[in-house]
Amino acid sequence: MKNIYFRFSFLFSILLVLNSCSSENNSQNSSLSYKCPMECEGEKSYTEPASCPICRMDLRQMEKDSKIAMGEFEISDESIFNLTSTWKTQNNKSIELKELKGDVLVMVMIYTSCKAACPRLIADMRNIHKKVDNKDVRYVLVSIDPETDTPERLKEFAIENQMDDEQWIFLQGSVDDVREFSNVLAVKYKQISPLDFSHSNIISVFDKGGVLYHQQEGLGVDNTITVAKVKELTK
Amino acid sequence: MIRLIILLASVLLSLAGRSQGPTEMKKINGGTFVPLYGSDSSGVFVDDYMLDIYPVTNQQFLDFLKTHPKWKRSKVKRLFADGNYLIKWENDSTLGDKVNPNSAATSISWYAAKDYCACQGKRLASMDEWEYAAMASETKANAQTDSIFNLMIIESYELPKTYKKEIGSTYKNYWGIYDLHGLVWEWTSDFNSVLISGESRQDVDTERSLFCGSAAINASNLMDYAAFMRYAFRGSLKANYAIQTLGFRCAKSN
Repeated sequence: MKNIYFRFSFLFSILLVLNSCSSENNSQNSSLSYKCPMECEGEKSYTEPASCPICRMDLRQMEKDSKIAMGEFEISDESIFNLTSTWKTQNNKSIELKELKGDVLVMVMIYTSCKAACPRLIADMRNIHKKVDNKDVRYVLVSIDPETDTPERLKEFAIENQMDDEQWIFLQGSVDDVREFSNVLAVKYKQISPLDFSHSNIISVFDKGGVLYHQQEGLGVDNTITVAKVKELTK
Repeated sequence: MIRLIILLASVLLSLAGRSQGPTEMKKINGGTFVPLYGSDSSGVFVDDYMLDIYPVTNQQFLDFLKTHPKWKRSKVKRLFADGNYLIKWENDSTLGDKVNPNSAATSISWYAAKDYCACQGKRLASMDEWEYAAMASETKANAQTDSIFNLMIIESYELPKTYKKEIGSTYKNYWGIYDLHGLVWEWTSDFNSVLISGESRQDVDTERSLFCGSAAINASNLMDYAAFMRYAFRGSLKANYAIQTLGFRCAKSN
């Protein structure tokens, strides 16, 4: 009985393979291709999203094209460079996150009028910066209070805290984009009064492709692991 | 016979009406209320806004995918949706037998829900807006102290598989909004502003080392168990989670 089933499914798959030959030829012209995630049919690819004729799983779009476009560092599915939001730096320059591709990133969310935790978070960032001691790492501070933290204000803050060289990037975004970004970092925050926010104290490390690699939670915690992780990535 | 035909036609029409096009909205008149979390006792002001009368349905989400293929299950980026995204759907373009087109669309991540609403010229409701609309019973705009209404909510949380029910199958509240309780949990735009850790055994205290200013945020009404459940659930979410009991509806500023 099992045997018959096997033969049938074998015949069936051969039929399907024969049938779909024409679409396979087309795929060379098309820029997108789809493949079964289980590789039931080996390297076979399709031009249209559908399900795999053998295991019935949805075909997955292949990343081939984005690899070519993005050069050395492919933007993977988990990368923060998939975000399309535009930000302003402390130098009033518009950037998208993907322009930071190729550098190891250490990120934190702060607001400049914060008197309680943020100074300590910033001290934590500075300690990591000092211990890592590598010019190729970028330290990104995203404001959760974009209405108060204008590029000018961020610039002042950067100068006050001696964080005003190319390694330090302060970002202002729209309220919506900041909320989205906080979700990417799994940072929680809430405005509790016009000038005060309650927020999670999390420092996140991203690899050169923008994929989250490590998170340090808490204030003034031992940063040995975080420093080691950053060093690992810069090798 | 004629009556039967009219009946059939109206049933068909109502089905078609629900499954296509944007959902009708109703206005919520703003006001001040005291949510469980997030304010001192003075309360929070919610402005007038419009809210979808039903949660977004599977059929509506399927229609959306036709014009926005980046949210199809096979194409969505892992950053924006985890592996449970639309998991019960037969494939990208078919709901299949397990998914009722007129049930609330669930197993959808926050990013996808947000984009769906944005593409309709709408947005997700904020948590305060949602809670404000949801405290209305069938007859009162504010039923926070109505013990029967609260009991009804708690009891609805105990029912299994309510996400399988069709939209409009629970009660219609004071504002003319259906299904705020009793069908599915719903995404809100700022769900991640709940500063309690998701792990229930730790929820007795906010984690002071993790959150700055956490002491400022305390629960206002310790008796509102249903609200505790909602906030704790929100506190446990991440934006790329796709959960079978979690759907959404859209709102709009007035």
